[in-house]
Amino acid sequence: MLDNAFVEAFNLMVSGSPELTEILWLSVQVSLTALFFSITLGLPIGTSLAITEFPGKRACVTILNSLMGLPPVVVGLLVYLLLSRSGPLGVLGLLYTPTAMVIAQVVLITPIIAALAYQVMDDLHREYRDLFQSLRIPLRKAVPTYLWDARYSLVTSVLAGFGRAISEVGAVIIVGGNIDHLTRVMTTAIALETSKGELAIALALGIILLTLALIVNAAVTTVRTLGLKNAYV
Amino acid sequence: MKLTRIIQYIGLATVLHVASNLAIAESILVQSTTSTKNSGLYDYILPKVKADTGVTVNVVAVGTGQAIKNAERCDGDVLLVHAKASEEKFVNEGYGVKRSDLMYNDFVIVGPAADPAGISGSGDVSKSLSTIAAKQALFASRGDDSGTHKAELRLWKAAGTDPEASSGAWYRETGSGMGATLNVAVGMGAYAMTDRATWTKFGNKGDFKIQVEGDKRLFNQYGVILVNKDKCPSVKSEAGQQFIDWLLSTKGQKAIASYTVNGNQLFFPNAK
Amino acid sequence: MFKSDPMSNNSVQQSTAVPVPLIEVDKLNLKIGDNHLLRDISVTSYTPGVTMVMGPNGAGKSLLLRCLHGLFTPTSGSIRLLNKPHEATTAFQSMVFQKAVLLRRNVIKNLEFAAPNGTPTAEITELLAKVHLNGKELQPARLLSGGEQQRLALARSLLTKPRLLLLDEPTASLDPASVLIIERLISEATEQGVKCIFISHDLGQAKRLGADIIFLHQGRLAEHTDTETFFTSPQSREAKAYLNGEIVL
Repeated sequence: MLDNAFVEAFNLMVSGSPELTEILWLSVQVSLTALFFSITLGLPIGTSLAITEFPGKRACVTILNSLMGLPPVVVGLLVYLLLSRSGPLGVLGLLYTPTAMVIAQVVLITPIIAALAYQVMDDLHREYRDLFQSLRIPLRKAVPTYLWDARYSLVTSVLAGFGRAISEVGAVIIVGGNIDHLTRVMTTAIALETSKGELAIALALGIILLTLALIVNAAVTTVRTLGLKNAYV
Repeated sequence: MKLTRIIQYIGLATVLHVASNLAIAESILVQSTTSTKNSGLYDYILPKVKADTGVTVNVVAVGTGQAIKNAERCDGDVLLVHAKASEEKFVNEGYGVKRSDLMYNDFVIVGPAADPAGISGSGDVSKSLSTIAAKQALFASRGDDSGTHKAELRLWKAAGTDPEASSGAWYRETGSGMGATLNVAVGMGAYAMTDRATWTKFGNKGDFKIQVEGDKRLFNQYGVILVNKDKCPSVKSEAGQQFIDWLLSTKGQKAIASYTVNGNQLFFPNAK
Repeated sequence: MFKSDPMSNNSVQQSTAVPVPLIEVDKLNLKIGDNHLLRDISVTSYTPGVTMVMGPNGAGKSLLLRCLHGLFTPTSGSIRLLNKPHEATTAFQSMVFQKAVLLRRNVIKNLEFAAPNGTPTAEITELLAKVHLNGKELQPARLLSGGEQQRLALARSLLTKPRLLLLDEPTASLDPASVLIIERLISEATEQGVKCIFISHDLGQAKRLGADIIFLHQGRLAEHTDTETFFTSPQSREAKAYLNGEIVL
């Protein structure tokens, strides 16, 4: 079956099937958009948490780390109830749209990015704390500085977030509905093919998805290595 | 500078969303059972619907139970399932406008070629189920409150058996859709009840065959209902009714009848 | 470049003005966990210029400096600097740490980061030249040698125009050229009226730079005298032993 799948995967990729392109493109769009918003939210949150001291900080960090393990299907369910016509945000009519999928994935991967950023920033803070306090740098100047200085270490957390987004199915299938030409992405297509018993096609799609993830990771790692070579270590 | 970029991006995302919403303005959402999707019926008739009425039909295919609950939550314009009692309850409680018969096919019991329960070729579903229970042969059930699941439970009841007492032993409740349940059944060599359409199109049959068919009690009726605007103001009643009208029209019924897989007709139109 | 302080060490002014305490520490205690690290330190210094803080390792010199800088909050006791209450002094203090902490960017950007708003580029370039780092503006700061990094850190501190400059062993393990550059810059700063508090293990350095010496031992103040007296006739047992090269416990 596996060699069938590889052959199938190759054929699919080479044939330039419009359905495959449509599904791949939507997967990338949804996950990248979600990643963008998650970075915008998660990086400052993780950094601020690392830099500031306040009562209950340790509890917050624990909660944040736990949120990394949010099951996608639970997130999907919660967002569904939120966006359902009979739910609080029903009037927006967002259910079963790519926007809903983006929202669900933002909820899913923001904690990952924030928690991993916290880890990186916590280490950096050990190094910079006295200096920043000595120079009396305010938080709004400190956060972007930390973010820029740690950019190469943060790449890994961003990649982790992207990986989680592009590979999850539990959230997007509930809030997106896996609607043909509308909300079908790679993972939900794989789920559909599997439920149709078309295992070879499902595997082939899986191989293509993995290849995409590999390319992304390789590209980003190359950028990172090149950057480190400039030794802003 | 970063803030302006963020605002720009949000603006762009909003525009894209609104644009895509406008593009699907003449579109409806159908909460549907899975067999009509898995069998490929929608892929066949929806383009025809679009061509004739201009309505784009988007289908969310979940189990009947979930489809009904979703429709009650106003997350759909049309309901297309196969559990008559539940459908009538849906209408009586005011969620649906009217229930119409749409089409039928039948259920079959599939099982491994080895046929451990020795029921192959039987035309008596009651006797077959009793034998399966008596011999404690593995049976994979939907277990998900779907139309197929409800029908299956009715048949067990008629056969005088309560399989749920043996849940986890020889009676395996997957809590999943038809395709997933069939994958499980084939994987563990268990019998399963499925609608013929899904089975015909199913790609992972292994060595499984249809073991029991033809019993009148295996009749499977599909119904279609428009969600009631009084309960759900956001329902696109006009477009939804257009879709239903098409399905029930001679043209629609003919289209349904003309859908075949491997030369087999999967759905039999019976609108009145 | 440096804010001239009316209380500067211009000796003519000093002889006619009422002496003003530049460092005033009263019964300072610091406990961290179960460790009583600074014990009842009371010291007052009227001497302008460089006050050296000396003592064996673990005496509490760094901790004292950090308390003065506000990085640690003392458990009890009070601090007044330049005749002002402590809270008012943090704004015009600057500190050079034992190991330079530089941002992961180039030399000039490190300075720009710390420079107060509106600092003209010419001033930054001038300072860079003073620490002999001109020509290295675009080099990654963390790739500089130890001496160069510390010179950059000192330039950064001076950029903020402090009236009080704290230095925690800034020239320990640096090459002689860097030590010279740094010491020259500090002398220049004190001439312009900046008060410096300088931790050092280097006796020669203390003699070169120090106006008075605070000698700590095991968290307590052992002695506080002017430099000349300290080296010729130290009063405390601990200071005597330290200058003799003995290990005192």
